[in-house]
Amino acid sequence: MMTTLSPTSRAATRGWSDITIRNLFVIPTVAFLIIFNVFPLLYSLGFSFTDFRASSKDAANFVGLQNYADILADPVIWRSFATTLWYVIVSVSGQFVVGFGLALLLNRPIPGKGLLTTLLLLPMMLSPVVVGLFWKLIYDPSWGILNYALGLGKTAWLTDANLALYAVAITDIWMWSPFVMLLSLAGLSAVPKHLYEAASIDRASKLYTFFRVTLPLVAPILLIAVIFRTMEAFKTFDIAFVMTGQPQAELISSRLYKMAFAQWQTGPASALAYIVLIMVLCITNIYVKYLNKAKER
Amino acid sequence: MAVVSTRSGRLGNRIAIAVVIVVTLIFLSPIYWITTTAFKPLVQATSVPPSVLFEPQITPFVKLFTKRAQLTAPVAPEVYEAAPWWERLVLDGGERLARDGKGEVVFSAYPDRFINSLIVAITSTILAVSMGTITAYGFSRFRVKGEADLLFFILSTRMLPPIVVAIPMFLMYRAVGLNDTHVGLIILYTAFNVSFAVWLMKGFMDEIPKEYEEAALVDGYTRMQAFFKIVLPEAATGIAATAVFCFITAWNEYAFALILTNRRAQTAPPFIPSQVGTGLQDWTVIAAGTVLFLIPVAIFTFLLRNHLLRGMSFGAIRK
Repeated sequence: MMTTLSPTSRAATRGWSDITIRNLFVIPTVAFLIIFNVFPLLYSLGFSFTDFRASSKDAANFVGLQNYADILADPVIWRSFATTLWYVIVSVSGQFVVGFGLALLLNRPIPGKGLLTTLLLLPMMLSPVVVGLFWKLIYDPSWGILNYALGLGKTAWLTDANLALYAVAITDIWMWSPFVMLLSLAGLSAVPKHLYEAASIDRASKLYTFFRVTLPLVAPILLIAVIFRTMEAFKTFDIAFVMTGQPQAELISSRLYKMAFAQWQTGPASALAYIVLIMVLCITNIYVKYLNKAKER
Repeated sequence: MAVVSTRSGRLGNRIAIAVVIVVTLIFLSPIYWITTTAFKPLVQATSVPPSVLFEPQITPFVKLFTKRAQLTAPVAPEVYEAAPWWERLVLDGGERLARDGKGEVVFSAYPDRFINSLIVAITSTILAVSMGTITAYGFSRFRVKGEADLLFFILSTRMLPPIVVAIPMFLMYRAVGLNDTHVGLIILYTAFNVSFAVWLMKGFMDEIPKEYEEAALVDGYTRMQAFFKIVLPEAATGIAATAVFCFITAWNEYAFALILTNRRAQTAPPFIPSQVGTGLQDWTVIAAGTVLFLIPVAIFTFLLRNHLLRGMSFGAIRK
């Protein structure tokens, strides 16, 4: 690391120099993150080329790319990926519709708006695993409040192969729509009022104003919300893991957990982890790009 | 024309407000339901139709903190009379409190797990926020070569799927004996939160005018003095908001805790669901444990309400 410090800086002549302070402030954190994030990942990269099992004392044998080949040929893993993709689509689009819809409704003077917004934001601050747990209570087929309230009889939300994934997605939508709402509200309140005045002078219809004025201006922030939620939904573990054991609803993180810590296939699990990691890093890259764009505005 | 449009606009507004209120109530109903379940008598928690009206009681909380056994025979009246009020609540439900050799009430594992959660969340928050604050200051005030790349690297560590990191961490911790220890979990949560703290604090640091420190430097302060006496007090709100976010993240974390702890250092998130399906499923007790666990987060969310947007967007959107 280099620095360009103005030679006239007084701090450079008194106490520690700015360079020392900068290094002291920045390097330990970066080093800490490398030791506890990058190093473990390199370690598991090594394991991904072996048949290592953490549960046995046997030494690891080098198997080359065999683990990666096995994973790409495994229908169970492909199904998990497909399930995850469908889950991401259902859950993120649900959050988008509910969250953006709520933001449009809230984007007007409402008495007690601050309180309403804070109450609506509560779900996303709660622990996903605890949320999953109490939705289990709500979904219970025989005495759950949901079946009773909607008159659905004994619908077994979490054990039915066709319903389980949607039941988890509904919970996720409940939890994270407020996030989309929060970002949308920020976007909506930043639309200059004079644009709406101009549109109404021009006798533009409400629909036209929405699609030609509101949406283009809110789009960048909506995109950030959607990319972030896509990334998070792709990684979903806790909520789905506590709510259902339905194999049809098994997300890739749960598959990975089972491979690594139930079947103790450490080698293959490390390989799968790497495939997941690369996917997540791709989405992260896109996300940070848009985040920086929003910052520059 | 104008009159008509405002009238329809007002009507539209009223409908929108009504819809918002209804949706808010629907959104809050799951939280309401779990909270009331924690105060229900056992039979009413799983009754059909669901009971909305009930006599609230705190028996589930007494049960949450104690170990119990089924009563095999009715208790003698004098024993019942001698028992404290909270023990009677349990006796009324057909159970007795487990006692150790000295006759002391045996606590359940819940208080331990709750305290573990507190230890791990508070310590890791202090560490992450301290590191995050100074690193953010470094990035904010000095030229760092490859700053954008470094910041991306820092944020990307936060985005890693926990299970992916947990596989090698489990093996490494096992090798050095950090599995199932507070220290192990604290280190991981600090690593996870520090990236977030750097990003959020950098935004707050950027907002503090450089002139403040420059004036202090001219007055004869060293850079360190200026940082501690001028910058830190100015950043206090930002530090508090960052700390609350880090605390909530650590408090809520599940995957690492599930994989890296099992008894001694286990926190509440992996513990609470593990109680489902053990013997008689007493939902009132699970609900009580859940409600106690959610209270700190609910309070913090309320305190943090004006900073939520900023925190959730990693400091990028400031309003």
